[in-house]
Amino acid sequence: MILASGLRKSFGGFEAVRGIDVDVRRGESFGFLGPNGAGKSSTMRMVAAVSPVSGGVLRILGLDPATDGPEIRARIGVCPQEDTLDTELTVRDNLVVYGRYFGLPRREVRERADELLEFVQLTDKANAKVDDLSGGMKRRLTIARSLVNRPELLLLDEPTTGLDPQARHVVWDRLFRLKQAGVTLVLTTHYMDEAEQLTDRLVVMDKGLIVAEGSPLDLIAEHSTREVAELRFGVAEEGESHEVLARKVEDLAERVEVLPDRLLLYTADGEETVAKVHERGLTPAATLVRRSTLEDVFLRLTGRTLVD
Amino acid sequence: MALVSAAVGRTAARPLGAGEATGLLLYRNYLAYRRAWYIFLTGFLEPVFYLFSIGVGVGQLVTGFEFNGHEIPYAEFVAPGMLATSAMNGAVLDATFNFFFKLKYNKLFDQLLATPLTTADVARGELSWSLLRGGIYSAGFLVVMLAMGLVSSWWALLAVPASLLIGLCFGAVGMALTTYMRSWQDFEWVNLAMMPMFLFSATFFPLSAYPTGVAWVVEATPLYRGVVLCRELTTGTVGWGSAVSVVYLVAFGAVGLALVRRRLDALLLT
Repeated sequence: MILASGLRKSFGGFEAVRGIDVDVRRGESFGFLGPNGAGKSSTMRMVAAVSPVSGGVLRILGLDPATDGPEIRARIGVCPQEDTLDTELTVRDNLVVYGRYFGLPRREVRERADELLEFVQLTDKANAKVDDLSGGMKRRLTIARSLVNRPELLLLDEPTTGLDPQARHVVWDRLFRLKQAGVTLVLTTHYMDEAEQLTDRLVVMDKGLIVAEGSPLDLIAEHSTREVAELRFGVAEEGESHEVLARKVEDLAERVEVLPDRLLLYTADGEETVAKVHERGLTPAATLVRRSTLEDVFLRLTGRTLVD
Repeated sequence: MALVSAAVGRTAARPLGAGEATGLLLYRNYLAYRRAWYIFLTGFLEPVFYLFSIGVGVGQLVTGFEFNGHEIPYAEFVAPGMLATSAMNGAVLDATFNFFFKLKYNKLFDQLLATPLTTADVARGELSWSLLRGGIYSAGFLVVMLAMGLVSSWWALLAVPASLLIGLCFGAVGMALTTYMRSWQDFEWVNLAMMPMFLFSATFFPLSAYPTGVAWVVEATPLYRGVVLCRELTTGTVGWGSAVSVVYLVAFGAVGLALVRRRLDALLLT
């Protein structure tokens, strides 16, 4: 569905995407993970055939976006990062008019609009103004709109950013149903739970490059341990700093990470590690044993430094 | 699931032809304005009011002017000027303020470009809408003129297509300039350009009132070409000069439209 090799995008002197290789197959759900500024959205815009490629090769549905832009856009659905709904039209007209831009006949578009409103649970808002919708409703409408041409490939740029938990779960549920129906999904996110829930395969991007690739489980296996033991010590406990404490336990785990308020011990068996910590006469104020998540992988690969 | 089972035996999405795309954008704008039709009214009424106040009111004091060798009453002199002005107003209002809103705030063009539509479709569609608006204003104004007995030739029928040319010129150039604007404050420049054109393009008094040098400058402005063209048509004094005006307006429109498309590429397809 998408084939990129050595794909680049630069804006003036700034290189947003610095040569990435991606291969997305039909029916798969593929994720781009990365901090802000990693080049995810730039990549998505190139794939959506609205942003000219600066270098490398890009094929979408076997077509070249430089020459077949309209043809590609007719067959894909795009849900952009910001809801770009037509605020001068009603909710239903947003779908109807948008569908007409794809050359669909009026009657067909009307049918589809009603189906889609049902699908995203907005039927009772059909005649409302877009401005009167909540953030979650706008997002659902944007998703519905991206489906009006029955796309073979659906691009979602941060589909749930800024939504409350309820709204996120509704969106996830709808996307999951699309995935089950065989739509190829490509999404960007910086929510790890979203990536774990929705993607079969993902790449982690950082500073315009792909730094890891695989299924969520593969990535965890490859870049983290099975479990993580989190140890919290009181601030002035035993008069020792976290760095000193870390040195005392570092042989108990594959990797120890020192955070301002706790130590993270990456280990295969968290309970066992915690027991060993206690055997050494250390008494953390609180302990938590959890499974490794994509978030651990993500932070490992892209660092904890704040990116703006 | 019906939502996604890609069009088995049903219509599939496809890129649109240029005419189809333009028609759809007109339809979209029609839907958007359907509930705000009164906004249309103000732009139409302005030149009507001018016609009454200056053409008819001041016309009591001014006898009239000679135009292309004919003596015409003052109201008949002013009316075609207002006709051209209403075409300009209609087109410029849409091509500047509304175009800017769609470009920067409503993000309408970003939405359109996610579909099979292209920047050329957007430019053509928006310009056609401006033209349509200018055309409706002018046709309405012509009816007012007719009702007041200010039309003295069948040529006047051609004043409607002529005002579409005025719309083409002002719409395209207005849109092109709008792509360079950064904030609403920049629109003061639009007012600054339109106000003097409105007042000095031989709308209220003939070109002979100017010294030769100034007259040349006035003759080179687009509204003057529009005013004279309309006046030639409504008074039935068409000549070679009319053709010059037509070519002038079309040329401005074509260059403006090409520029708009290029600017949209630069602004939106980044």
